[in-house]
Amino acid sequence: MTEMLDNETLLGNYRLMLKIRFHEEAIKKLYLEGRIWGTTHLCIGQEAAAAGVVAQLRRDDYITSTHRGHGHMLAKGGNLKPMLAEILGKATGYCKGKGGSMHIASMELGNLGANGIVSGGLPIAVGAALSAKLRGTDQIVVALFSDGATSEGNTHESMNLAALWNLPVFFVCENNRYAVSTCCADSIAGGNLVKRAAGYGIAGASVDGNDLEAVYLAARAAIGHVRGGQGPYFLECATFRIEGHYVGDAMLYRSRTETDEWRKRDPILHVEHLLLDRGILSREDCEGMRAEIEEEVRGAVQYAESSPEPGPAAIYEDLFTDGAAS
Amino acid sequence: MSERQLSYREAVTEAIADEMRRDPRVFLMGEDVGEHGGAFGASRGLYQEFGAERVRNTPISESVIAGAGLGAALTGMRPIVEIMYLDFMAMAMDSIVNQAAKVKYMFGGHAVVPLTIRTAYGAGRGNAAQHSQSLESWFLAVPGLSVVMPSTPCDAKGLLKAAVRNDNPVICVEHKLLYNETGPVPVGDYIVPLGKAVVRRPGKDVTLVATSRMCSLAAPAIEKLAQEGIDVEFIDPRTIKPLDMETIRASVRKTHRAVVVNEGPRTGGFTSELSARIMDDCFDELDAPVKRVAAEDVPIPYNRNLELEVIPAEKDILAAVRAVMK
Repeated sequence: MTEMLDNETLLGNYRLMLKIRFHEEAIKKLYLEGRIWGTTHLCIGQEAAAAGVVAQLRRDDYITSTHRGHGHMLAKGGNLKPMLAEILGKATGYCKGKGGSMHIASMELGNLGANGIVSGGLPIAVGAALSAKLRGTDQIVVALFSDGATSEGNTHESMNLAALWNLPVFFVCENNRYAVSTCCADSIAGGNLVKRAAGYGIAGASVDGNDLEAVYLAARAAIGHVRGGQGPYFLECATFRIEGHYVGDAMLYRSRTETDEWRKRDPILHVEHLLLDRGILSREDCEGMRAEIEEEVRGAVQYAESSPEPGPAAIYEDLFTDGAAS
Repeated sequence: MSERQLSYREAVTEAIADEMRRDPRVFLMGEDVGEHGGAFGASRGLYQEFGAERVRNTPISESVIAGAGLGAALTGMRPIVEIMYLDFMAMAMDSIVNQAAKVKYMFGGHAVVPLTIRTAYGAGRGNAAQHSQSLESWFLAVPGLSVVMPSTPCDAKGLLKAAVRNDNPVICVEHKLLYNETGPVPVGDYIVPLGKAVVRRPGKDVTLVATSRMCSLAAPAIEKLAQEGIDVEFIDPRTIKPLDMETIRASVRKTHRAVVVNEGPRTGGFTSELSARIMDDCFDELDAPVKRVAAEDVPIPYNRNLELEVIPAEKDILAAVRAVMK
């Protein structure tokens, strides 16, 4: 019989996935109401991958994230208030309003940055892993990216070097099927990313990215492999981007049927079924938890909206670190 | 402090070795920097002294070399990465321009990037169009980067040591034709601060600003001009970004004339920027338009005669100074 997650882990991930979902829905609403400047990319439908991989890392492990990275940050311990404040460009945001949705980072939490360049984080992940090795720690680095990034040279240079130097990099591809409008079938030659990784001598697997348990267990094994010094690992989480590439995307490039089919496989409903089936939560418990987290998100939105804008002096701050190193 | 004669190459090697001995966080990474000692011999002996962990030979993967340097810098190391030719920076531009230069600012200041990128540049060796370029002006347009261009062994060592100890990304651009040039280098620890120009020769008639190898062309030209009765004040900016405009302005206010010399193409090059800044700051002081000496706006041709015709020569400096003195 396949291993099941313990109740506490399942519950913790359910709570986290709800937090990510409601965070994203709140942003969508703010955006459609014209209360957000700029652009933002939602990870609705991909919560199981973010939670299942990232939440089980140690605080001192690192991640490199993507432009669709809100879920990764929340899973790494990110706080809703500075998250939403950053997305609203406020001075209280993680980046003081200077990064925005695509550049949320926290050195304290080990998030080396969401990234506006789809494969831009992979070389950084390789360097952080090299650093861990040179400093003699057992920290690992999770490089998160999507199907779109797998066609950029960075991905190949990074996998090659991580394998060559046996570095503790856990490559996690959230294959959400669409790179902006281009389906993975039209962009990935050979069609099999695990085989590509194998070409670099990197062990790997592909899992149902909407099944939290499957993702968590595969990631746990991978983390053991990487932390144990056996070199990098590649995990494909097959999932789907329920929303458009950005809020407001008309999605002319794919059928409503495809989206509807994936909606039936909603990763949050999947976990909810497990919790109900196993008698961990009742329907009322679930409703209660949803209401509680929605309230938490509402409070964070309020915090973000009432936060101050950065003043003009901020323009010339934070470009350089002053002074010589110790 | 006592001095001895060292080549520019030896000065670079000594700077790296000094910093690696001084600080265990410093390491070197790049193509052929190991037993081979670097394409231009600038890391000779380092592999033997520090071993393969700290002197890391990489595959030909410029993007991950620079990006991994950034990842290591963000996580507690102080890497020196070598990009063999400045031309090859084109392969590393995302890691340098989109990532290293701006992570600190994008993250609201919450990142420290002690990354040094060394590279070799310049024409005059028959290396043709893809191994001879002076692309340093690209980086002038990228806030967050500093760029040094030493012209002497003493500065090559002192600026590189300053770069390694700086907590920000610094690009050290070394001229291939200078590696064999020798000059006095102090024994013991010293740095040449970033952003400080040096007046190589005081004069009263015209200010001549030249970078890197162009200083070697300027020196004999200045002697000839002195015989004609033209007293040139010769400034080597040493760092082209940030630029020591204070020293340059003070000189132009004295001489009321300026000639600027750089090996890069005329259009969009360092001379464009510097002449614009002199006119911005000192227009009322000028008795003649600022003259620029730069390369022709063509790729570097292979043929020896054509190559020498395209890049600045002593005769071009003589002509420019005589023109502003008319």
